[in-house]
Amino acid sequence: MSEKEKKVNRRDFVVTASYAVGAVGVAGVVWPLVDQMNPDASVKALASTEVDISSVEPGKSITVLWRGKPVFIKRRTQEEIDKARSVDISELKHPEKDEDRAANPEWLVMLGICTHLGCVPLNDKGDYDGWFCPCHGSHYDTSGRIRKGPAPTNMEVPKYEFVNSKTIKIG
Amino acid sequence: MSDHEYTPRSKFGKWFNDRLPLLTLGKHLTDYPTPKNLNYWWTFGGILTFCLITQIITGLVLAMHYIAHADLAFASVEHIMRDVNYGWLLRYVHANGASMFFLAVYIHIFRSLFYGSYKSPREIIWILGIIIYVLMMAAAFMGYVLPWGQMSFWGATVITNLFSAIPFVGESVVTWLWGGYSVDNPTLTRFFALHYLIPFLILGLVVLHIWALHVPGNNNPIGIDLQKPSKDTVPFHPYIVVKDLFALLLFMIVFAFFVFYSPNILGHADNYIEADPLVTPTHIVPEWYLLPFYAILRSVPDKLMGVIAMFAAIGVLAVLPWLDTSKIRSAVFRPLYRQFYWILVLDVLVLGYVGAMPAEGLYLLVARVATAYYFAHFLIILPLLGKKERTLPLPLSLTEPVLGGSVAMSAAKHKSEKNNL
Repeated sequence: MSEKEKKVNRRDFVVTASYAVGAVGVAGVVWPLVDQMNPDASVKALASTEVDISSVEPGKSITVLWRGKPVFIKRRTQEEIDKARSVDISELKHPEKDEDRAANPEWLVMLGICTHLGCVPLNDKGDYDGWFCPCHGSHYDTSGRIRKGPAPTNMEVPKYEFVNSKTIKIG
Repeated sequence: MSDHEYTPRSKFGKWFNDRLPLLTLGKHLTDYPTPKNLNYWWTFGGILTFCLITQIITGLVLAMHYIAHADLAFASVEHIMRDVNYGWLLRYVHANGASMFFLAVYIHIFRSLFYGSYKSPREIIWILGIIIYVLMMAAAFMGYVLPWGQMSFWGATVITNLFSAIPFVGESVVTWLWGGYSVDNPTLTRFFALHYLIPFLILGLVVLHIWALHVPGNNNPIGIDLQKPSKDTVPFHPYIVVKDLFALLLFMIVFAFFVFYSPNILGHADNYIEADPLVTPTHIVPEWYLLPFYAILRSVPDKLMGVIAMFAAIGVLAVLPWLDTSKIRSAVFRPLYRQFYWILVLDVLVLGYVGAMPAEGLYLLVARVATAYYFAHFLIILPLLGKKERTLPLPLSLTEPVLGGSVAMSAAKHKSEKNNL
C-alpha cells in the first residue's frame, strides 16, 4: 500500500461511523435480552410480608419466608443480649455493633442465609451459641455475626419495622 | 489427500455431489488415514459421541413429560418414574448417562495428557475440548437442578452463590442469574431452557473438534509425526470403526450395569426429598464428577480466592500446550513425566475423595496439599521438566520398533531433537 492510500478519507469516516451506529443498535437490542432475566414485576410485588410474633417465647426463634428466603426472628434472652453486646468490636471479622443490628435488643431479625454460599445455618449451634452453617462450617454469634469459618460477612439484617407490639413487617 | 479427485460412481451421486459435496465429505471420513498403532484409549472419542447422542435423544423424550415449574417439577419427575411408559428407563439412562459421559471424558482427557495429544500442532483441538468439558459441567449442573429435590435446590444455591464473590457487582449478578431474590421458579425455567440448549452447542463444538483433528490427523501412542497416508496408517473405515464399536460394546455393558442394577448409586438420597428453601441438607456434595473442583474451592479459606482457584483449576488446562515445554509428545519416551503423570492422576483422585468428605481436620489438610500439588504440576513441574528431562530415543516410524530399524539413525534423530530444545 502506498502512503497516499493510508490517508484518512471521507469513506473511512463513513465506515467508522457505520460501525459505531451499528454497535449502539446491537447494544440496544441486547439489553432487553439481558434484562429479562432480572426479577420481574410479580417477584418484586412480593417485596414485604407481615409476621405475627406474639407466640414467640424468650430464647425461641421462628423462621419465615420472605422473597423466597428464610428470615430468622429470634426473641433473645437477657443472657444472649449481654453476650452479644459485651464483644469487643475490634476483634470481629465484620465489625458491627449489636445495637445497630437489633434496635430492639429483645428481637433479632435477619436473613437466615449464610453469607458464604447461601445455606441455611442451624439455630443454637456452633462455638458461639448462635448459629452454625453445616455446609462449610461458619460459626455465628448470638447477634448473627460471623466469628469463625469461610463466610465473609455477618448475616444480613433486612429492612423491617414493628407495626405494633405483636407484628413485624419485613421489607 | 485424494478427496478432491473423488467422483461418485452413480449419475445421481455425481449430480448431487456437484451441488452439495456431502459424498466427498463421507469419502474423506471413511478414507481418513489413521495411525495403525492406536490403542483402546483412543476409542473414547467415539464413545463420547455415543454418550452425547444418547443424552440428546433421552433428554428430548424426557422433556415431553417433564414440567419446569417449582410446584410441579418434582411431581412430574415421579410421574415419569411411575406412570410414563418406560419413563424409569429413559430417566435412569439420562441420569446415569451423564455420569458415563464424564467417566468417558475423564479417560479421554487423561489419555491426551499421557500421550501429549494437546501439543503442537493440536492446541486448537485441545482448547475446543476444554470448552466442551466446561459446557458439559454447566449442562450437568443445570440438569441436576431440574428434578427440584433438596440437592437440586441447595446445589443450585451454592453454585450460583459462587458468583456473589465477584467484587462490587456480585450480588446483582446473582440476582440476575436467579431472576429473583433466591433460587426459585424463574431460576428453574431458565435452567431448563439452557439445559436444552447446551447439548446442541456441544454438538457444534464437537464438529469443530473433529474438523480440527482431521487437519493434522490423530496423535498416536508413539507420539511421532506420520506420513499420511503411508504404511503407518490405515483407513478409518473399517479398521478404526470396528475397533471403536467393539470398545463401545464393552462400555455399554458398564453403562447397562449402572442403569439396571444400581441406578441410584451415583446420586444422592436427599434428591428424593422435594426442595425446601427453609432446610439445608446437613451435607451438601456435588455429583462425583465435580468433586475435585469442589475440594479445591473448599481448600481455600477465603471466599473470592476459593472461587478463583476453582475456575483456575480448569483454566490452567486451557493453557497447558504452552506450559508443557517438552517437544516429545508421548510419555512412553519421557520416563520422569510418566511418574509425575501418575502422581497427578492420584492427586485428582485424592481431591475427588476429600471433596466428598466434610471440610474439616485431616480432610481439609489433605485437600490443601492436593490443591497445591495440582497447580504445582501444571505451573512448576511441567515447564521445568521439558527443559531438564532426558527423554528416550524416538523411533523414526511406527514400523521401526517392529521391523528393527537402524538404531544409529534413531539415535541421531534423537540427538538433533535434543539440540532443538
